[in-house]
Amino acid sequence: MSTLAAKRPIPHGPGHIFLLVLNVATVVAMAVLMWGAFIYARPAANLHGDEQIAQRIFYIHMGCNFGALAGYLVSLLGSLGYLLTRNLDWDRVTQSAIEVGTICGLGTVITGVFWAKPTWNTYWTWDPRLTTTTITILLYIAYLLFRNGIDNRITRARFGSIYALVAFLSLPLTFYSARWFRSIHPVVFDGNGNPDGQGGFLIGPTMGHTVGMAAIAFSLLFSSLMLYRWRQLRLEDRIHELREEVE
Amino acid sequence: MALLGANGAGKTTLIRIISGLAHPERGSSELGGVSFTRAGHELRRYIGLVSHAPLLYDTLTAEENLLFFASLYDLDDPGPRVESVLRAVDLWSRRRDPVRTYSRGMVQRLAIGRAILHNPPVLLLDEPDTGLDQGSAQMLHELIRRLGASNRAILLTTHNLDRAAEWADSVSLLVGGRIVHQETTAALDGARLRRLYAAAEEAA
Amino acid sequence: MTVSSPVQPAPEPAPDAAPPRLEETPVRMRLGNRPASYFAKVWAVARKDLRAELRAKESFSTMVTFGALAVLVFGLAFDLRVPEAKMVAPGVLWVVILFTGVLGMNRSFGAEVDRGSLAALLLAPVDRSALYFGKVIANTLFLLATELLILPVMLVILDINVLQPWILVGVFLGTLGYVCVGTLFGALTVGSRARESMLPILLLPVMVPVFMAGVGLTASVLDGREVADFQRWLWILVAYDLVFVTVAFMVFDLIWEEV
Repeated sequence: MSTLAAKRPIPHGPGHIFLLVLNVATVVAMAVLMWGAFIYARPAANLHGDEQIAQRIFYIHMGCNFGALAGYLVSLLGSLGYLLTRNLDWDRVTQSAIEVGTICGLGTVITGVFWAKPTWNTYWTWDPRLTTTTITILLYIAYLLFRNGIDNRITRARFGSIYALVAFLSLPLTFYSARWFRSIHPVVFDGNGNPDGQGGFLIGPTMGHTVGMAAIAFSLLFSSLMLYRWRQLRLEDRIHELREEVE
Repeated sequence: MALLGANGAGKTTLIRIISGLAHPERGSSELGGVSFTRAGHELRRYIGLVSHAPLLYDTLTAEENLLFFASLYDLDDPGPRVESVLRAVDLWSRRRDPVRTYSRGMVQRLAIGRAILHNPPVLLLDEPDTGLDQGSAQMLHELIRRLGASNRAILLTTHNLDRAAEWADSVSLLVGGRIVHQETTAALDGARLRRLYAAAEEAA
Repeated sequence: MTVSSPVQPAPEPAPDAAPPRLEETPVRMRLGNRPASYFAKVWAVARKDLRAELRAKESFSTMVTFGALAVLVFGLAFDLRVPEAKMVAPGVLWVVILFTGVLGMNRSFGAEVDRGSLAALLLAPVDRSALYFGKVIANTLFLLATELLILPVMLVILDINVLQPWILVGVFLGTLGYVCVGTLFGALTVGSRARESMLPILLLPVMVPVFMAGVGLTASVLDGREVADFQRWLWILVAYDLVFVTVAFMVFDLIWEEV
């Protein structure tokens, strides 16, 4: 057993210290974001009552959206990387990015639903961004289900990467068709971000700063969650290998 | 050459690796000094395979099946070749019938016809004699003898030790994924082969 | 195992009177990667699928029956609450196309695996992409034939004339893109557990652009709009087809590296 122990892949070396620093930074940034979202950012000037209070969820909403977007970009990178290098580390990048991306995407949609009810008086609307985010989550979940159904580790990595690559290339087209879909069939709400639209608001300097905090905090959160998950997947594969070696 | 071994000894895996259907986990497979992983599909021209599954389309007729595979193998003017193969496996009179109306032995004969259609220098037969009646087995033996006569490597796996001793030039015993014994069949009969086989199993 | 002898050139064929003997028939392979041989193989695969389907009508009959049933069920579902069938017809048309298509595309590689014939295709010296395009041609023809039967059913049950030139163009472009992606994913899912249910889960979110463009196009045509109003949907469909034919061509070779 001593030879097995000697090959232990991830020691408490520089990587560990890096993760520790990243954790601390994430916690601090999230705390600062909470302060910014509830105290520092001034209330939206053109909104009143419940709408004005509900608007503060926007900072979490935007933050989660950063995480979901990062999941999308990193998973494309990971699947391309795997298909080009055939190094399983890239496959683990794709998987961990998509898992964390799913959580962030769900966060985006759920905070969006909370925000939409007081502002738009409906939980759901076929806004192109909302549509695209939801489809992205469905793609994420489909990817994870698909992976689970494949037993061979190498096949799983290859097929997962092919699917992630092909499927996510459809998202830009999804976004554009969703946008045009609504412009031809005008629905109840004009959520295109113009301040006069229902639920739109004017961004003041403090609010802009807070959006910046959200971007930083959630990027850090995404990175640290993803790195932990990546490391965990790596160890899982290692355990699997060792178990087969012992048998 | 015949390859013998119990179920799970690795006969089919070896056949799949040689035919290029599977890649070995360690090491490499080469044909004529060319590695499979690099040569791509051009190497497949030189291999014919009869596997457990017939590898045929059962709603198509025998003739349609062979013509289809002839076009996949780029055969020029496939008509006469298909005819001679169908005659060789004794299915010429039934060539217009869909394969699903065939008996087990006929399907197996057609599967062999499919494998030799493109005249491959390497012929892999994974238990070609299972499910064959006496007549078909006789025909298969005759065919293997004819094919082997013309500068061709034939690798055959079987459970039937008497047949292995009778049909093949040399025999290899495969136990637990390793070849444990190799011998030409000149001084070999079924009975001696059985003793060798039992001893090899014992040792493993 | 090494073999040094190439394919032996065989002697001339025997005279017509006697049947050719095995050793005497010529076996000439045309070597090299010529485009003509590539397309010949694409067509051979497509023709094989079409012929097998014409004999057994295995997936075609399932698709048509399911499609007609789906139209009927949708007609019933909306009958009480929707004053005009025209309001739901575009959605019904494209949902039916998507759901019907999945059935056919599941069978496409599914049948090869069930019969064990996939290995025969993979053993042959054929570019994987030629297999793919052969399957795409066959699947496109199956799905188009099915749609040709479903559109009149919609005409009768919903009393909507969907047999209009631009709708048909949209249906053709949409079907092409659908089959391009569906055949690729069909090859991906065929080896996985629960493949029948996995394909729609993978496929439907990716089909959203085709679905929206199709519905948008059909609705505009039914509203009697000008071509200029709905041509963007046609462009979306064309872009989708081009992107995914290219992507599928590039990644298809990666699927069967080992089986």
